Amino acid sequence: MSEPVPPAHRWGSLQKTANLQLGPNGRLRHFLTLEGLPRTILEQILDTAQSLVGVTDRTVKKLPLLRGKTIVNLFFEPSTRTRTTFELAAKRLSADVLTMNISASATKKGETLLDTLRNLEAMHVDMFVVRHADSGAAHFIARHAAPHISVLNAGDGRHAHPTQAMLDMFTIRHHKGEFHRLRVAIVGDILHSRVARSQIHALNILGTGEVRVIAPKTLLPSCPESLGVQVYHNIDEGLRDVDVVIMLRLQRERMGSALLPSGHEYFQLYGLTEDRLSLAQPDVMVMHPGPINRGVEMDSQVADGPHSVILQQVSFGIAVRMAVMSLAMRSSEAIARDLPA
Amino acid sequence: MSSQRIHIQGGRVIDPANGIDAEMDIYIAKEKIVAVGSGPEGFQADQTIDASGQIVCPGLVDLGAHLREPGQEHKATIRSETRAAVAGGITTLCLPPDTSPVVETAADVELIRRRADDSDLARVLVIGALTVGLQGKELSEMMQLQRAGCVAMGNAHKPIRSSLVLRKALEYAGTFGITVFLQPEDPDLADEGCAHEGVVAARLGLPAIPEAAETVALARDLELIRQTGARAHLGRLSSARAVEMVAEARAAGLPISADVSAHQLHLTEMDIGDFDAQCHVRPPLRTQRDRDALRAGLANGILDAVCSDHQPHEPDAKMAPFPVTEPGISALETLLPLTLKMADEIGMPLIDALDLVTAAPAKILGIKAGTLSIGAPADICLFDPASWWTVSPETLYSRGLNTPFMGWELRGTVTRTLVGGRSVFVAPSPATEA
Repeated sequence: MSEPVPPAHRWGSLQKTANLQLGPNGRLRHFLTLEGLPRTILEQILDTAQSLVGVTDRTVKKLPLLRGKTIVNLFFEPSTRTRTTFELAAKRLSADVLTMNISASATKKGETLLDTLRNLEAMHVDMFVVRHADSGAAHFIARHAAPHISVLNAGDGRHAHPTQAMLDMFTIRHHKGEFHRLRVAIVGDILHSRVARSQIHALNILGTGEVRVIAPKTLLPSCPESLGVQVYHNIDEGLRDVDVVIMLRLQRERMGSALLPSGHEYFQLYGLTEDRLSLAQPDVMVMHPGPINRGVEMDSQVADGPHSVILQQVSFGIAVRMAVMSLAMRSSEAIARDLPA
Repeated sequence: MSSQRIHIQGGRVIDPANGIDAEMDIYIAKEKIVAVGSGPEGFQADQTIDASGQIVCPGLVDLGAHLREPGQEHKATIRSETRAAVAGGITTLCLPPDTSPVVETAADVELIRRRADDSDLARVLVIGALTVGLQGKELSEMMQLQRAGCVAMGNAHKPIRSSLVLRKALEYAGTFGITVFLQPEDPDLADEGCAHEGVVAARLGLPAIPEAAETVALARDLELIRQTGARAHLGRLSSARAVEMVAEARAAGLPISADVSAHQLHLTEMDIGDFDAQCHVRPPLRTQRDRDALRAGLANGILDAVCSDHQPHEPDAKMAPFPVTEPGISALETLLPLTLKMADEIGMPLIDALDLVTAAPAKILGIKAGTLSIGAPADICLFDPASWWTVSPETLYSRGLNTPFMGWELRGTVTRTLVGGRSVFVAPSPATEA
C-alpha cells in the first residue's frame, strides 16, 4: 500500500504527481477539485446523494453516519448559502460542527494559515471544510493537515468549487439522465469562476457529449479550449440545440470595469431571454447558482419560467454535501486504522 | 590578506575571456595570477593544489543575488549568502538595491561593503537605486552612489510606471556613462498575477501575468534607450518574444546587454503542478517554447549572461496558498550546475557555457573579473565536471532552502573556490587535498 500522505518537508517540497485526494484503495480522502478524479467516484457521490435526498424530507432528519465526529467549517471568505448547507449537511449526519469565520484582517495580524490549522488540529478535528479567497488554499491545507483529517474545498479563489459542481451534476442527472447525450453550455464569467472550472471538469469526466462556454474574451482565461470546451463568443450560436444552459453569476464589480462596459450591454449581448432560449432544445433546462441579477444575466420570465431549476438546486445541495462528507470520512477512517499507533 | 604563492597543478583550464581550454598549470602570487602554463623563473610555491580531473575556471560573476541584508536578516545575511556563493563557485556577485533601507546613499553602500568585508568570502558589488526608494518618481543621487562604488543603477524588480521618469533616469545616467539595470515588467498588465497566462493558470484559476507584461515594458524601455543613448542591461528576461525584440534592438546597434535566470532555462509553467509554491517566481515560468527560445538566445549571443536571481526565503514565506507566497528561488548554488546542464542538453561547448557566468557578466559590469589573465585577481573556481550531487538541505549552504530543484541530481561539483588567491571554500568530503 502506498504512503497515505506525502511528508510535508520543512522546506515545503512536495510530491507533484501524487493524487492528494485519493487514499488507500483509491477512495476519496480529500475533496479539493474534480480534476483527476475517476468517473466512478463522481458517480458514487451522485448515487450516495440520491439515497440521501429522502432524509431531508423525513420528520427526523438525522442519520448517525458521522456521530462523534468533529467538523470545522473554516471560512476565510464570507458566504451564507454554502456555509449553511455545509452546516446542515454535517448536522444531519450527526457530526459536531463548529463554524469559524476568519476575516482576512485576523490572519494578517501575523498568525499564518498554518498556525490557525495547528491550533485547530489540537482540538481533535476530523474534517475541515475550507473556503478561501486564494486559489490553491484547499490544496495547501490538505497537504499540511494531520493525516487523519479530511479536507473539503468549499471554494478556493478562482480555482475550484467541487461540491457546487457536483450539485449541478446531480440536478442535471435528475432531470436529464445520461450525460453522453447532452450538450451543455456555460454562459458568463468563466475567467473568475471557480464554479465554472469545476463544472467543466465534472461534465467532461462524466462523459458529456459537448461542453460549451459562451463569453466575451475578457471573461475567458487564455487558451480556454485547453479546459476541454468549445468556445463561443456569440450566444445565439452557442445556445443552438443545447440541452442544458448554466448561467454564471456576474459579479457587480466586473460591470463598468475594463472587463465589461456595462450591465446593460452585457444583457444585450449575453443575457438569456425567451427568444434566445428558443434556439436551444425544446426541453432545455436553465440553471443558475443564484442570486440572479435580473435583467443582467437573464430575464425574469426565464428565471421564473418552466425551464428554470434554480430553486430546486438548494435542496439537492444538502444531500450532495452529505454524500461527500460521509464518503471522505469513510476513507480517512480507513487511513487512521492503517496508521501506526 | 594572502601573500601566499600557489601552484594549481594538472587541471583543465578553461578561460573563456582568453579562449583557453587546455591542461595547464596556474601560478598565483600576491593575490593575483602571475603565470599560466609554465611558472615564472624561480617560483617557489607555498601551496600546491592538485587539480587533476578538475576544471579550473574563473570564479563565477553573478549579476543579481538578493542577499537580504540589511533589512531582512530573518531570511538570510551577507555572511550566510556569500558563504553559499563561494560554495557554488561564485566569487563576485551584484546585490540589487531592494534592501531595507534601499541603497540610495553612500552610507548604505558603505554599510554593505563593511558587512561583506567582515565576512571576507565572495566580493559583493552594489547596484544603486535608480529612483528614490525605488518608487519610480524621483531620481536618486546616482553620481554619489557611483562614487561610493556602485557598479550600476537599477530599480530591482520594482517597475518604473512613469515613462517620463524612466526617460529622465536614462538621460541622466547616460550623461555620466552609468549603466542602468532594468527588469521589464508592466505593472498594470501584470496586475495581481502570480503565474504565466497560459494553460496552467487557466486550469488552476491563478491570477495570470501575460507575456505582454514583459514585452510591452521592454518595447518602451528599448525605445527610450534608443532615444537617450544610455547604456542599459535588461535582466531576467522570460519570453521568446522578448528574445526576438532584443535581437532586433541589438541588430539596430542599441547599447544593450541582457541576461536570463538559470531556472528559466529548465522550468516551465507545467512545473507548478498542483500549486507548488517553490515554482512561484517573478517573472513567471512560461512555456516550453519560451524556455527553448531563451536557451537559443544564449547559444546565438542575443542574450549575454546567465544569473542566479538568488532570493532566499525563510520557510514560512512559501508556506501559504500559492498566490500569497513570496516569489523567488534560492539559487546561488545551482547557478553553475544548471548552466552546465543546459549546455549539455543543447550541445553548447563547455567554454561557451562558462563564458555566460564568468567573462560575459564581468564585461557587462566593466570589471576586472571573470578571467584568468595574467595580472587578474586570483578568483578561481575548481569543479569536478563528472561528479553528481543531490540538491538537499544537507548540501546547501544558503539559509534559503526554497528551491524547486530540491531533490534534483546535478552534475558539476565545486571542489574549491579561491578569492584573491585564498581558498575560501574547500569541499568537505573526498575532494582534492592541498
